[in-house]
Amino acid sequence: MSGATLERGMNAFREQMNAPIASFFSSCVNCGMCAEACLFYTETDDPKYTPINKLEPLRRVWEQEYTIWGKVKSILGLTEPVTDELLAEWEELVYDGCTLCGRCSMVCPVGNDISYMIRRAREGFVAAGYAPEGIKGASRRAITIGSPMGVKFPALAAQIKHVEADTGLSIPVDVEGVDYMALLSSMEIMNFPEYLEALARIFKQAGVSWTISSKAFEATNSGIQIGSSDIARELVSRVVSEAEKLKVKYVISPECGHAYTAIRWEGPNLIGRPYNFKVVHILELLDELRATGRIKTEGTEDDRLTFHDPCQIVRKGGVLEQPRNLLEMVTSDYVDMTDSREMNWCCGGGGGVSANERAEELRLKVFKRKKSQLDELNVDTLVTACANCRLIIEEGLEEYRMEMPVVGLTEMIAEHLVEDKE
Amino acid sequence: MSTPTDFLLWVRGPGFDIALVIFIIGVIIRLLEVLVLGRKPDQAEPRGGELGPGLRTVVTRTLPETGSFKRAPFTVIGGYIWHIGFFISLFLFVPHIELINATLGLIWPGIPSNLVDAVAAVTIVTLIAMLFSRLSHPVKRYLSGPEDYVTWLVTFLPMLTGYLAYHRMIDPYPLVLGLHILSVELLMVVFPFTKLMHAFTFIIARWYNGAMAGRRGVQS
Repeated sequence: MSGATLERGMNAFREQMNAPIASFFSSCVNCGMCAEACLFYTETDDPKYTPINKLEPLRRVWEQEYTIWGKVKSILGLTEPVTDELLAEWEELVYDGCTLCGRCSMVCPVGNDISYMIRRAREGFVAAGYAPEGIKGASRRAITIGSPMGVKFPALAAQIKHVEADTGLSIPVDVEGVDYMALLSSMEIMNFPEYLEALARIFKQAGVSWTISSKAFEATNSGIQIGSSDIARELVSRVVSEAEKLKVKYVISPECGHAYTAIRWEGPNLIGRPYNFKVVHILELLDELRATGRIKTEGTEDDRLTFHDPCQIVRKGGVLEQPRNLLEMVTSDYVDMTDSREMNWCCGGGGGVSANERAEELRLKVFKRKKSQLDELNVDTLVTACANCRLIIEEGLEEYRMEMPVVGLTEMIAEHLVEDKE
Repeated sequence: MSTPTDFLLWVRGPGFDIALVIFIIGVIIRLLEVLVLGRKPDQAEPRGGELGPGLRTVVTRTLPETGSFKRAPFTVIGGYIWHIGFFISLFLFVPHIELINATLGLIWPGIPSNLVDAVAAVTIVTLIAMLFSRLSHPVKRYLSGPEDYVTWLVTFLPMLTGYLAYHRMIDPYPLVLGLHILSVELLMVVFPFTKLMHAFTFIIARWYNGAMAGRRGVQS
């Protein structure tokens, strides 16, 4: 992030250019439908948050450098260049006003994958020095300390000790040759240690051989959020080299949305090769353990429940039915939100927004969308599968004075787990 | 081009040839500009295929997503009406089919002229309504620049002049017919240099969208 200049930003924009992006910009007719799918527009009524508008800098690069007609227009002085002022103005739209949730990409009539482009446009913004301080700080901590929240292994070791004391189970650390290496998000370590306890109990019961790495336990990837492939690559590489060193067959992505995108979908492209192991999301693994009868549950939740689909796991990750299969095991009064699965609305804190303090007011404002989804259902409890969504939703509920517990799906399964007594 | 007949002969002859060449070469260049950029092979292990979901999205994106349709019904319905009306007027009007048959040797059945006339009237009214919507809807007004209005105009003019010619509302007839053909040539010339290109590139865009989501196991 040092030595950021407009020129570097322009080069980064150019590196992102490809046929999908050119086809998307060629096809946009400014119909405005993407605005209707974006909570930053629907909750603010401010047209500047129209998804395609957030891409104006990248669009200019495409038109002026990748179309003959655009080049002619530039020579004739009919186009406006990408300037520092433009990037400074657009920084807020690209980082504060977009969670990379990808809902707009599902509705565009001509098929533009707008969030794909915004993810790529961020590469140019960060290279030019236009990224929010909050995400810059998180990225710096991730690179130097190993976690965006500054969590070091001793903190995790302390949580492991607590869980071991509470459950009487041992949590394997740095064990070579096991099947699974579990990753955690800092937020799970610090705010939701129930997740780790749930893993220990479920894996013990199912006979899953697993470990945590003391060197690569962090699943989150600030590089993906800020839009720096260099940072993202470094963070992914740590996980990959540790997983390959421990010779595990699988790496488990935790209940964290963008961590899954980072390690499952972007990771191999960042390091330029496929992995020697597979990546599974914890919900995929739990659903497989359910389907093969390796875990059983007893009793159901009496509360009326709904599930918040984390964008990166469901819409952009393809883990659609697994959460429903798991919820069916442990609930008796489950109801889906009106817009659910791949059309669910974002909590408002994804894509680095939660790490960007400057965006807090806007984030709480657009939470109204989730609030109205919940108001419709009259539910007692909200279940989700992303530590970031969970924290953002808890903050949103507090802001709007709504009393509702927010629970992680993995720990809910653990609560109903049938455990053999030894 | 001293008389209306001379004018008509020119727009039907050299004028049309020039427009056609610009249109065809322009469209090919624009498509190549997109396709030569390519994309890097995806190294992540796929959950699903690309081809099937990609082709499916090419088709399914023709229908709106329920929630956004409810929020912007006018954009969606207006869009359907004028696109369909435009294509009916262009391809199902018997004199147009005869022209295409004479030039390309392709022929298909048309529909009664008075029906095309009614469709054209609805299309013209809808296009005017779409322009008002673009000028008044906060999002569309905010997004729109000169190109959006130019493309509207060059789409509107063939419909308007065609209607005027059919009803012989301008004298002499060769003049109004010549103006109609000229407006079509204007559309063809402007087409490759503007977002009118979406008429071709939407297929590529939808395919990429569907394919990239399909790889992740999502039908977009």
